[in-house]
Formats: sequence, structure tokens, C-alpha cells
Amino acid sequence: MRTLLVILVKELLQLRRDPKILPILFIAPVFQLLILGYAATTDIRNVELAVCDLDRSASSRQLVQRFEASSYFRVTARVDSQAGLDALLQGGVARLGLTIPAGFGADRASGRPGTVQLLADGADAMTGTAGMSYANGVLRGESGEGVRPLVELQPIVLYNPDLTSRNYMVPSVLAMIIMIMTMMLTAMAVVRESEVGTMEQLLVTPLTPTHLIIGKLIPYALVGLAEVFSTLPIVLFWFKVPLRGSLLTLLLLTLPFMLCTLGLGLLISTLSNTQQQAMMLTAFVFIMPQIYLSGFAFPIQNMPEVFQLVTYLVPLRYYVVILRGVFLKGVGVGVLWPQALALVVLGTAILALARLRFRRRLG
Amino acid sequence: MTDTVVVAHELSRSFGKFVAVDRVSFEVGRGEIFGFLGSNGAGKTTTIRMLCGLLAPTSGRGEVLGLDVGRQPAAIKRRIGYMSQRFSLYTDLTVDENLRFWGGAYGLGGQRLAARADWAVQAADLAQRRRTLVRELPGGFRQRLALGCALLHEPPIVFLDEPTGGVDPEARRRFWDLIDALAAAGTTVFVTTHYMDEAERCHRVALMHAGRLLALDSVPSLKRLFAPGTVVEVRCSRAPAALQILEAEPAVREAALFGTVLHVVLAEADGASVVQNRLRSAGFEDVSITPIEPSLEDVFIHVIAGEAVAGDQWSVSRGQLRTVAGDQWSVAGGPAQPPSGNPSDHRAPTTDHRAGGRGR
Repeated sequence: MRTLLVILVKELLQLRRDPKILPILFIAPVFQLLILGYAATTDIRNVELAVCDLDRSASSRQLVQRFEASSYFRVTARVDSQAGLDALLQGGVARLGLTIPAGFGADRASGRPGTVQLLADGADAMTGTAGMSYANGVLRGESGEGVRPLVELQPIVLYNPDLTSRNYMVPSVLAMIIMIMTMMLTAMAVVRESEVGTMEQLLVTPLTPTHLIIGKLIPYALVGLAEVFSTLPIVLFWFKVPLRGSLLTLLLLTLPFMLCTLGLGLLISTLSNTQQQAMMLTAFVFIMPQIYLSGFAFPIQNMPEVFQLVTYLVPLRYYVVILRGVFLKGVGVGVLWPQALALVVLGTAILALARLRFRRRLG
Repeated sequence: MTDTVVVAHELSRSFGKFVAVDRVSFEVGRGEIFGFLGSNGAGKTTTIRMLCGLLAPTSGRGEVLGLDVGRQPAAIKRRIGYMSQRFSLYTDLTVDENLRFWGGAYGLGGQRLAARADWAVQAADLAQRRRTLVRELPGGFRQRLALGCALLHEPPIVFLDEPTGGVDPEARRRFWDLIDALAAAGTTVFVTTHYMDEAERCHRVALMHAGRLLALDSVPSLKRLFAPGTVVEVRCSRAPAALQILEAEPAVREAALFGTVLHVVLAEADGASVVQNRLRSAGFEDVSITPIEPSLEDVFIHVIAGEAVAGDQWSVSRGQLRTVAGDQWSVAGGPAQPPSGNPSDHRAPTTDHRAGGRGR
């Protein structure tokens, strides 16, 4: 136990001595949070809409007004021909084009359904489709007036009623910060010892590989927790993401995730000879695929089946569920235990593999 | 032999097909400074790593302090000191922090650690700089501190693998004063080096080349390998050209360029006149030949060449020993067929070697 403490003290001293590491540890995450909190939003606001009103009736003007009144759209141009509309979409001046054909007002006046055409810029698929569905909503409002549909749908969105993307993006950023920091720092710390030659010296001491591994993992687990505490205030008080579950649950369920990321860091260190290699491996082999396959950026259920199976091996996948559960749904271990269990199993397997490789490497 | 602290018996280690250490046998006594001399790749480090329990032998037996190196590596690690050829302190920690860490790694704490740390800073002349970061210390201080760290737990034997690499001569001398003091106090010192002057300070020297132990004796005894008067120094202009001529001369057993002069081993003690005449007739005017005391390097070259002549699988033979610029020399193995055995056994023993202790 005292031996572990000796290694621990040494690691923390070295961490403190590194003048560049502290800003990376505690300032870079803040920037990442701010950038993703503001920029990584899938919410639609002010979609540029070009209008080609060939009807010029009271009805058509009323329809355009409806679009203007909605905060989702901003009418940026009015043209007189379909060709003019095409040009605006091509040039990216408008994301959506609305054509109201001649006779629209007459149709409406006589009680027949009016027909309009909506063109969406598919090159920016996200805005295009979202704009399309919002536009549908606007048009539904128009046709619904005074008419009662046979079946009325009353959708209720739970947990995040406004579907604010910030509320589910920001907690995920927390996951990424923990992942990147713990994984990379662990990998670098171990590789550095081999690089400068101290690893060889450590091996002739009575310290065992287990001592060395635990001695490396604990300090960086502490760093991971420090990351949570340093970024959490921004999540809660700056972005006002609600934490409906308990902080204790959050911390408790963060531990199995860190078991995985620390284990991966150790594994990376056994695969690299230099700190540079370790960094490249971490970034491209272990971080980016995890982000793509975690459900953080792209919904898992939309992936091909093979990829869906692969996602079961991605620790971040489970932690994203945990984070969203604790933050937005306010659920606890009672609901999230399957994710926690999966992380414990994964983490144990990763650590066992890393330890095996670590030992073989030394021999 | 209760005073034997290291025993190697037919100790071997292969990496795949490459035989790094080939059936090496020796014993080291208590309080001895035992030197392992050889060029890079000779197998010195592999031997040390086996004795320290870092590497299991492929075959043969090794014992350190009565413990088997293959089966009891953990017990060995607790009882020996080791300093690797690569720098082994944390440069981003202070002198004291390093001492506390390395002492702690050996389970030292409290009073004993404090006392040993005091001893180590005294030995390294760092008593005034205990709070200095190691990266700010000159190389010589670091080396002595590293030795101090390896000795904190007072091991009866310490293995030093090329401990003075990249340190200036004065610092090397002080380092060796420390080694002398240790040995005098009863600590066995097992040291590898490729500096000849360091080898001269060892009680006994083992010459290693290409995985094999070629000679093992005290320095004076090793030098008696040559018959008196057979080692001469030849001074003349255009020494490299003279070397070529002498390599073809039957009265010359070995010739090597040492800076601007030639060291020549004569087949007979009275061969000097033959050499003189041979060079004169080749147009060398200013030839002077003086008998010299052979240096360890002469011994080294002689032993490697003799090994080849003995017809072993080694392809180094007379005429393949070549000097290269400066104070380095190399043994050019070349594609020559070994005199006997399977050609696939052939390894190209290209080495480079720094000779520090020649000046005579």
C-alpha cells in the first residue's frame, strides 16, 4: 500500500511539474464545452427562405406571412420566376424555396385544397430536412384552420420538451472530455517512462507490473474526476442543462466508464513506442470511431446492422446513455445498471488485455 | 566458495535465430570490481539483464547471491542494485523527490530512507542542491545520483550497464572513485563498459565479442597474452598506407591504426627489423619502431583475431580488422565464409567501438 502511495505521489508531482499540462487539463475542456455548447446545435432557427409568389392573392400573402411570423424562417428573397428560385438555391442564398402557383387563392376561396411547392437544399441535408418538417408544420396550421381532423395527434416530448439540442449535446461533451483526457494522459505517461528509460529502472525494483499499472491508473482517474468537477459548473450554470438525477449517481456511474478509458490508455501504451505514436493512436483509432459509434453524433438505430453490433464494444455508447439518463431523465442506478454493468465488464476485459500485453512487453 | 556472488554457467540467450549471448561462464567474488568489456552488440547488456532477472536465459544457469536468475527474479530484484545505460532518473523531479521515489520503490521509509538519502547526496556532492530539479544538474552529478539511487537499499551487489556514457573524463574519474570506495567496503560491482581506461580499473575483465566470452582475467594477466617484445609501435608518415603493407607481411600477426601511429603485433620478438626493412623497401623513409606495453585494446584486437584464426564460426580474420577515423575502430565482418560450419551461422560482426584509454 505504501508502495502504491510512493508511485502516486511521484505521478502527481510530475503532473504538477509539467507547465503545459495544466492548461490542457483545465482550460481546453472549457473551450470545448463552449464551442460545442454553442456551435454543435441541430436546432433550426432563421432558415433562409426564398419565395416565388405567382398568385399574388390575399391567400398567398397570408401564407407567406405565416412563414415570416415563425421564428424558424426568414424570408430573404422574393422572386418572380421558378428559375430565379433555382438560382438562389444554387448560390446558397436560400435553403428553402416556396413556390405558390397562380390559382392558389382561387382554389382556397372555392374550398378546394391549395397546392404549393417547397424546394429544399439537400446539400445541407440537416437544415434541409429540418426546414422541410417545420414548413410542413406551418402549412398544417394553414389547412387546419376551422377544420377538425378525424384523428388529432397530441405529441408530448418528455425530458427535454423544447428538444433543445444543447441539453443532450453538452453532457456528451463531458463524456468526451473525460475520455480524451484519461485515455491520452495514461497512454502518454506510460510511454514516456519507456521513452526516457526509467521503465527499465522500475523493472529492476521490487515493484510489480500490477503496482505500476495501478500506480498509473489512480492518478489519472483522479484527473478524470477533477475534469468532471471543473466542467460541471459550466454545464449546469452557464448552459443551464438540468441535472435531474443526483450528482452522486453521476460520479458513481462515471467510475466504470473511466475504468474503460484508463484501460484503453494503458492498452495504447503497449501498442506505441513513442508519445507521438500514442497520441495518433489515441486520436484516430480510439477516440474518433468511438464518437461516431457511440450514438453521440449519429443515432445507432440508423446504422447498418454490423455497425450496430460493433457499438456494443464502444464504452462511450453506454456512458452517453448514462449521462442523458442522469441529467435529463433523472434516473439512477436502478434504471442504468445494465449500462454500468456493460462498462464494468468491458473495462475489466480491456484492463486484463492491457495488463497481459504490458507484462509481455516488459519480458 | 562462499564468497562467490555471481555464477554464470553456459548462460545463453537467443532472440529468434539471433544468439545474443552464447554459453557464457564466469564467477564473480565478493567485493570484486568485475568489468565486462566489449563493443556495442557484444552481448554485455543482455548478460546483465539476465543476471538482474529482467530476461530469462534461453539455456544455461545463472545465480546471483545464491538465487537462480530464471526462477527467482523477484527475490533477486529486491537484493541487487542496477543502473541501466539509459538515464534512469526523473528529470522533472528534484534530487530529493527522486531519492524518495526510488527508495520507496525498494520499500524504504522513515529514518532509514532519510539516512540513506543523506548518504546518497553526500556521495554525489549534491548536499546543497537537494531541491534542484535533476534536469538542471550536469551529467556527472546525475550519474552519481543515479548510482546513489541504485544503492539506497544497500545491495551487496550492484550492476552498472555502461554507467558513464556521455560524461566528461573528469566526471568519469570521480564516478570510478566512488566505485572503488564501494568495492573497498565490500560491495560487488559488476560493470560493463567500452572505455578501455575504465576497464583498466577493474579487478578482472571479461572480454566479450559477438555473444561469446573470449577472455577473462586480471588486466596484467591479459596483457601477458603477448610474448614480451612482440607489441611495437610503428611511427611513419602515411600510416594508413603502411598498414596495408604490414597486413600482408608474414612477420606481422596483427596491425591496427591508433590515431596516426600503428600498433603491430609481431610473430616473433625479433621481427622489428623485418618490419623496418619491409617498410623501407616500400619507400617509407621515416620509420621508427619502439616496443610498447600492450594496451587493453591491443589485447582486445588480439583476442578477437585469435578467435577467428582458431577456426571458429567467426569470420573475422587477419586483415579484416580495420581502423576507422578518429578513436573508433570497427571489425568489418564482410561476406567472408566462415572456415567451418554452416554459412547460415554467419553473422556480420560490424561494431564500432570507442577506445578511451590509449594514450601511451
